[in-house]
Amino acid sequence: MKQIAILGAGPAGIEAASLLASLGHPVTLYEKESEPLGNITDKAFLFPNFADAQEVAVTMRAKLDNPNITLRCNTEVTQLLPSYIAGFQEENLTGTPVWKVNDELYDIVLLATGYTPFDAHRKEELGYGIYPGVHTSLEMEKMIREKRIINSVGDSPKRIVFLQCVGSRDEKSGNHYCSKLCCVTAVKQAIEAKKQLPYCEVYVFYMDLRMWGQGFEEMYRTAQQDYGVNFIRGRISEAGGTFDGRVQIKAEDTLLGRPMKMTSDLLVLMVGMEASKGTRELATQCRICGEYGFAQSKDPHLHDCQSDAPGLYVAGACKRPMTLSDSINDGRSAAYEILTSL
Amino acid sequence: MNRFGFQISTARSIDLDRADAKLRQRLLEAVPSYRYCIGCGGCTATCSAGAFTDFNIRKTHFLFSRGEVDKLSPTPMPDVDLNKCMLCGKCTLVCPRGVNTRGLIMQMRQLLVNKQS
Ligand code: SF4
Ligand code: SF4
Ligand code: SF4
Repeated sequence: MKQIAILGAGPAGIEAASLLASLGHPVTLYEKESEPLGNITDKAFLFPNFADAQEVAVTMRAKLDNPNITLRCNTEVTQLLPSYIAGFQEENLTGTPVWKVNDELYDIVLLATGYTPFDAHRKEELGYGIYPGVHTSLEMEKMIREKRIINSVGDSPKRIVFLQCVGSRDEKSGNHYCSKLCCVTAVKQAIEAKKQLPYCEVYVFYMDLRMWGQGFEEMYRTAQQDYGVNFIRGRISEAGGTFDGRVQIKAEDTLLGRPMKMTSDLLVLMVGMEASKGTRELATQCRICGEYGFAQSKDPHLHDCQSDAPGLYVAGACKRPMTLSDSINDGRSAAYEILTSL
Repeated sequence: MNRFGFQISTARSIDLDRADAKLRQRLLEAVPSYRYCIGCGGCTATCSAGAFTDFNIRKTHFLFSRGEVDKLSPTPMPDVDLNKCMLCGKCTLVCPRGVNTRGLIMQMRQLLVNKQS
């Protein structure tokens, strides 16, 4: 029986592992953190239906209860090499290369090492880490989850400003791509903020609002209709602190062609998705690293879960920004591709 | 008379801390569909008045909702002069978000008149 390793116990890795295991194939699932699930654990609600993220997490976690799955938490994979690069001769019976994962050998490896949120410190002009009122979307999600949205002095904010495309679509960050889900996340968080703080003014500054998925455009409408969220087309160019711990922002109201300024209790930076450290390093080692450090699939249309390296498969946000549901589906597709190769 | 070659410039920046939020609020109460506006400019593109004059209806309602009403009355700037609108309603027909733009214009006029008196 072929030995299968899955690297990364996020949504894509878990889905692939559970599918393979339920069809009787033993898999070893590596996870660098102490717990599986990856980035879902940080979320409060999921767009577009406001499903409770933690309930989804529990269901995902339960998929790992299968005797065919060996889950190795706290195990960071630092070495991923096929025999033809590592220089050892072992090949399995079918003539495909053997893969070395740390010090163990496998026939098939699925890379599902995911993404990491953009580090907002890199956009110094937006004041993250400098002014107490500036937060990332992850911190906002945490405040929403804990039902405790507060300004820098611990009171309820009277005004919240969201800024899109932080670390995405930005030459200065070196990321030309769109992170795909920050637009809808901002709308989701704006709605959540209004639910918890009905009297708070909420603004979203955007370059383009990309409401591409099913139900997203409707969420945008709901944000306008039921929650009175204000959308302004313009990019905030800089943020400064005020003496009382608020944030002053500057933007252009591009639809009026006029500069605009305002103070806000909170400025929430919608940080984009970058390839995780594991993705970058492992994809480089086995020579499938594509643009921006993401892993490159063999072909984006027909062989999106395969890579150019025989026996190495790729799934989820290690390839490009992906939503949770896309990652789950992609894990399933990868499992199917693996099954057909067995 | 200004005998020197300079004058005091006023800031061009829209300051939302000072804007009169009540005006927008009243406008939204009277024309709830205005909440859906996405600033696409469909209304301006089709406007009969805009075809022959500087009038820009989208710019006008944006300025109003940002509280910049001194540009609209009592001496309106040429591109945001609501008196140029003929209330033909073409803009309402094309709006992708179903904004009652014609009603919006009537309400803006009314609110501006009330503000003066
Ligand atoms: S999804 Fe929206 S906020 Fe995120 S990078 Fe794309 S356009 Fe910007
Ligand atoms: S056509 Fe409708 S949505 Fe577009 S700018 Fe005019 S009022 Fe707004
Ligand atoms: S109703 Fe007024 S703003 Fe609308 S298209 Fe006619 S003239 Fe232009």
